[in-house]
Amino acid sequence: MMLALEMFRSIPRFAAAKVSGGRMPGLLVGPMAPLRLVTRDEPAVRRPGWAQVKPLLSGICGSDLGAITGQTSLYFSALVSMPFVPGHEVVGELAEDCEDLPRGTRVVVDPVLACAARGVDPCEPCQQGRTNLCNHVTVGHISPGLQTGFCQDTGGGWGERLTVHRSQLHAVPDSLTDERAVLVEPLACAVQLARRAQVPAGGSVLVSGAGAVGLFAVLALRELTDAGRITVIAKHGRQADLARRFGASDVAAPDEAMRAVRRTTRALRVAPQGLPAPAARLTGASEMLLGGVDVAVDAVGSTSSLDTVLRSTKAGGRAVLSGMPAGADLSPAWFRELEVAGTYASSGDAFDVAMRLAEQAPMDDVVAGRYPLHRWREALDHAQSAGRLGAVKVCFDVRSRA
Amino acid sequence: MTRPGFVLEVDDRTPPLVVHEGEGFRLETFPRGTRVVYPPEAMPGIRDVDGAIRRALLEPVGSDPLPALLFSGMRLTIAFDDISLPLPPMVKPDIRQRIIEQVLTMAAASGVDDVEIVSANALHRRLTPAELKDIVGERVFRSFFPQGALYNHDAEDKANLLHVGQTDRGEDVEINRRAAESDLLIYVNVNLVAMDGGHKSVPIGLASYKSLRHHHNSHTMVHSRSFMDHTKSAMHHSAWRMGRMLADHLKIFTIETTLNNDVFPTNYKFLMKREWEWGVKDQASMLAARRGLAVAPKGLRHNIFQGMRAPYGLTGVNAGETEAVHELTVAKVHEQQMVEVQGQSDVLVLGVPYLGPYNVNSVMNPILATCMGLGYYFNSYRGQPVVRKGGAVILYHPVEEDFNQLHHPSYVDFYEEVLTTSTEPSVIEAKFEEQYATDPWYIHLYRTSHAYHGVHPFYMWYWAAHAMDHVGDVIWVGANRRAVERMGFRAASSLQDALEMASGTVGRSPSITYLRNPPHLIADVR
Repeated sequence: MMLALEMFRSIPRFAAAKVSGGRMPGLLVGPMAPLRLVTRDEPAVRRPGWAQVKPLLSGICGSDLGAITGQTSLYFSALVSMPFVPGHEVVGELAEDCEDLPRGTRVVVDPVLACAARGVDPCEPCQQGRTNLCNHVTVGHISPGLQTGFCQDTGGGWGERLTVHRSQLHAVPDSLTDERAVLVEPLACAVQLARRAQVPAGGSVLVSGAGAVGLFAVLALRELTDAGRITVIAKHGRQADLARRFGASDVAAPDEAMRAVRRTTRALRVAPQGLPAPAARLTGASEMLLGGVDVAVDAVGSTSSLDTVLRSTKAGGRAVLSGMPAGADLSPAWFRELEVAGTYASSGDAFDVAMRLAEQAPMDDVVAGRYPLHRWREALDHAQSAGRLGAVKVCFDVRSRA
Repeated sequence: MTRPGFVLEVDDRTPPLVVHEGEGFRLETFPRGTRVVYPPEAMPGIRDVDGAIRRALLEPVGSDPLPALLFSGMRLTIAFDDISLPLPPMVKPDIRQRIIEQVLTMAAASGVDDVEIVSANALHRRLTPAELKDIVGERVFRSFFPQGALYNHDAEDKANLLHVGQTDRGEDVEINRRAAESDLLIYVNVNLVAMDGGHKSVPIGLASYKSLRHHHNSHTMVHSRSFMDHTKSAMHHSAWRMGRMLADHLKIFTIETTLNNDVFPTNYKFLMKREWEWGVKDQASMLAARRGLAVAPKGLRHNIFQGMRAPYGLTGVNAGETEAVHELTVAKVHEQQMVEVQGQSDVLVLGVPYLGPYNVNSVMNPILATCMGLGYYFNSYRGQPVVRKGGAVILYHPVEEDFNQLHHPSYVDFYEEVLTTSTEPSVIEAKFEEQYATDPWYIHLYRTSHAYHGVHPFYMWYWAAHAMDHVGDVIWVGANRRAVERMGFRAASSLQDALEMASGTVGRSPSITYLRNPPHLIADVR
């Protein structure tokens, strides 16, 4: 038996979460949360290649919060199996031997549950090494679940045990601390993002959002591409400092975003005519640029962020959606012939690159909060307000009982 | 004979003194011993204004009479000072209207029919048709504006600029092509302060950025001591070089006017009197004004102040050769505004009023407030600054983070982007000026909307460069703390707090001078 946080199906709680959204975090981490701390059986998949992992640190990701707060699109309802133990940013120790990896090996988990893990013949994307695009995430010998942390059978990092397939494991070198290792998964996503962004040499980039996704995106873009000016939209002071530390050329507040991009790219700005500001906001008739950045990244997933991204990308430019996007006016994508690119999880050697980044990048103080599982309400509350509180990544310290 | 400006030392009997602070004023009790410099009372205005104008045109200095310069078939261009002068705008009819009407009458009599009238707004915003009409009057406006013969100078219209050449110091002289290619350019000026007029009119008012950058830069501004004395001002030296070069290429007939200190309308006349001479009526007016302004909503208060028109009296009108005319003009301005002040002080106190040259019908944003206080008022001296080197300046203004997006779009970016990087004029000039000056969006708004040019906030900041270089401390009373800190200054809630804060710079018993303007004064510091 093990202690774990479990997300369960509860229509009233889901509805409540949906209604209150992220606006009332107190409610969501309180009695209305579709999440509970339980003692349950340890997950185990009794098939070759699978082994149990004891999580050391497990990150709280924006997508976890999105699921808990009812912000996740129903599109994903067919791709998860309830109840599940969340947590897909995991650094842990192998509790048993796993093929070539002996028990006790420190590992990070690539959470994608692709064909290899499911024991089915590889689909076309998996054959190409693009496991993050696997077509078989609902079939095979384990329950549906696009990732570890969203699958009933595998458990997740927010529990004392999870079970992981060898194809998902990456051994962690001794030189990498747990605090840095837990960032490898989100960093791998950022590596994927940087590659998907296809930034031209010297090209201008806008990163809308300076949470973990946005900051790591800046880091990866700076390390892996020849991006020129990178402008980051950051809401809070510490985010702005970190963005600069990670390689941003300019940082602007959300309400200055369009102006900042206009200035840096010397674009023309067009504002909706004849509408007072509140009406313009309500009707989505916000200002836009003619000209703009070569590549814009939505690292928030809100309507306003996506709007900013679409409205500040130059004609023929590329808008990259990182994380689950909210609805937005797609007119600029049509009118400006934008390439809209999604970026999901990671593939190829992204984990190896991420491991290197995690070792080298100035990110000692990125993990700002560590909570034992039983203090999950505080942990989620902290994660929900991370930006305001100056934190980038909040984690569960699964070993801790304090 | 008018009374000269008065210098008072505050003692136990001195009542609280008026201090302007944006769209309002306060009555401030100054420490004993504070030196208060009052502007001189208004000189009497010329009664027969039209007669004086006619005489000036017919009996110019250093030039043939105007009619002798006019001939059939000639190209005549009349340029005039834009909305940034005078402050506040004068009651109608504007003096420029009266002059232009007489010039046009003489031109018509000489058979001149190729006439264009241009607002010499340099990189200032384009005037609206209503603002143009306000200056030139209904008749001139109706006759010229619909035909496109009355318009704003466009410093970004490359096709209509002419690079006349370079001065011996390599300064580009590029001005309005129509003006440069005219047989005669007549410049109609309103000389409110000694800084204006002379060769500052044509080479600056009708110039492009390429030309203006030679003197509107941080180095020149720091070395202009002061702007009110063209013989000591590096900016004026440059303009004079350009003007003399232009005079070799182009026939310029300068008409300059000087105004008295009658700046407030009847209801606010008390603001021009010394507090200890206020009568019952003045006391009542002051009380009514303060109470009214205290309860008036912000919008109404703004409208009240922006709607003020000054009943200026004309103290002089001179025409002819630019430098000869300007000598007479400066003498007249000095006669009206000069106040003799003995020695410098440790602290200079200034009230920054609601209006400066660049927020007419607009909003005084933090950069303009700084320009007004540390640019214009600080530089209202001759000889040496009122405050000693390393002293402190205390200013009054709310300094709200309030910007007019129509008029000052680049100011917002300057405030958000430039001032968060550095407040050092030479640093921001090197790092940002070119970008802002050539930004296509600002140029677009300057040319098609009513926006100040992208580089304009830099110029406003440079105006304050000399003050920032000279003093050790700048403290704003009653100001928005965030805005003031953004600009590298400090905020205090009261004069006592400000003096306490400045004590590190000037000690606990500093000598204090309060320049009680407006109206304008020039402190002749001996």
